[in-house]
Amino acid sequence: MSTLSILLEIGEGLAKMGAGVGAGLAAIGAGIGIGQIGGKAVEGIARQPEAVGDIRSNMIIAAALVEGVAFFGIVISLLALVL
Amino acid sequence: MKKIIRESTLKYTISFIGIIAMIFSTFALHAEEEKIGKEEGGFNAGEMIFEHVLDSHEWHIMTIGDHHVSIPLPVIIYDKEEGGLHIFSSSHLAHGHVYKGYKIALDGDYEGKIVKAAGGTNEEIIDLSITKTVFAIMFSAVLMLWMFISIANSYKKRKDKAPKGLQSFLEPLILFVRDDVAKPAIGSREYMRFMPYLLTIFFFIVINNLLGIIPIFPGGSNVNGNIGVTFVMAALTFIITSSVGTKDYWMHIINMPGVPWWLKFPIPLMPIVELVGVFTKPIVLMIRLFANILAGHIVILGFMAMIFIFANLFGAVAGYGVSVVSVAFSVFLSLLEILVAFIQAYVFTLLSALYFGMAMEKHH
Repeated sequence: MSTLSILLEIGEGLAKMGAGVGAGLAAIGAGIGIGQIGGKAVEGIARQPEAVGDIRSNMIIAAALVEGVAFFGIVISLLALVL
Repeated sequence: MKKIIRESTLKYTISFIGIIAMIFSTFALHAEEEKIGKEEGGFNAGEMIFEHVLDSHEWHIMTIGDHHVSIPLPVIIYDKEEGGLHIFSSSHLAHGHVYKGYKIALDGDYEGKIVKAAGGTNEEIIDLSITKTVFAIMFSAVLMLWMFISIANSYKKRKDKAPKGLQSFLEPLILFVRDDVAKPAIGSREYMRFMPYLLTIFFFIVINNLLGIIPIFPGGSNVNGNIGVTFVMAALTFIITSSVGTKDYWMHIINMPGVPWWLKFPIPLMPIVELVGVFTKPIVLMIRLFANILAGHIVILGFMAMIFIFANLFGAVAGYGVSVVSVAFSVFLSLLEILVAFIQAYVFTLLSALYFGMAMEKHH
């Protein structure tokens, strides 16, 4: 087998590995972000239990926004895997 | 001067990554050869998953043995060269048959699309067919029209009386969109103009997401996981935001007050940054909804595929054993998907309302 086709195969393997690493890093980012949001929200509720409703809706909005950014990374990983 | 990374550590890291890459590439080599084996009768998980989340010209319900039970959907194509409109059932094009000079390409660049049998491209064809996604959108549109026209009539008939039946189910959601999404974001004077659009978007997203979780016809079609659909919704939000933008809004983008002149004059840095922001907001709306729903469907389908993968590798008993775990996980994920359906609709509607409110802000 010629060197060029070996290099091409290594490139394909690297792309798949890159896709996996990228998705994992995106998951770490989302985990850290949403963990911070959840922690601070629960602290806020502990300080002022009457504000549960407000704090809960704000937490969900912030969590959805952070997850949106993490999904950018997932979409790119899927593209790297399939293309 | 201290070295930050020792030279030997660097060498070992690079060779480690290189070896891992070569190991993965040999797996890629094997995968190329095994793909042929899988097509001959094994179970191809990737193919099954993509078949379920992508669009198609027929609605596949189940496969009994070797017999496919599916609903053929109409194919509507306009041929630009010959200038003719062809409408026929997609059952004529099943299994790669050629009908009136058209066929569905089975592989290559145009896989899954209708191409001219002779040329093999679809450049000359404008495809207006009713595909699975289009049919699902029409179905949920009819469902929404029925729901809302019937509660509008019952509100008219039962004026000043307590809500009953479907009214009492939908009223909390509608009031939620009005009081917790539209009024705080747009202000209590102008919100009524945008209520029809916000309510439509909210219920369209929720109903399509919920129908996507139901596995059997007429549910089970991946509507919001199709980037074309979310693109249209984000584009509508963008058009409305731009058309209600006051002069202050555009001033803040093109010529932001309070920013030093040298950021604006020879190279308009600030206007470019602000303009990019104007476009990224709808694009992020589009990708957030698309990726959330698509990822949910792929994960649930992946758990289901695990049953068949294990059955193929280790025999039928392993398949049965794994199916307990797989079905439990899939049920849990489906419940999570119901929550995600509502949350994504709420976030899309809330952000649209916020963009409208910000565009209409008058200068203090």
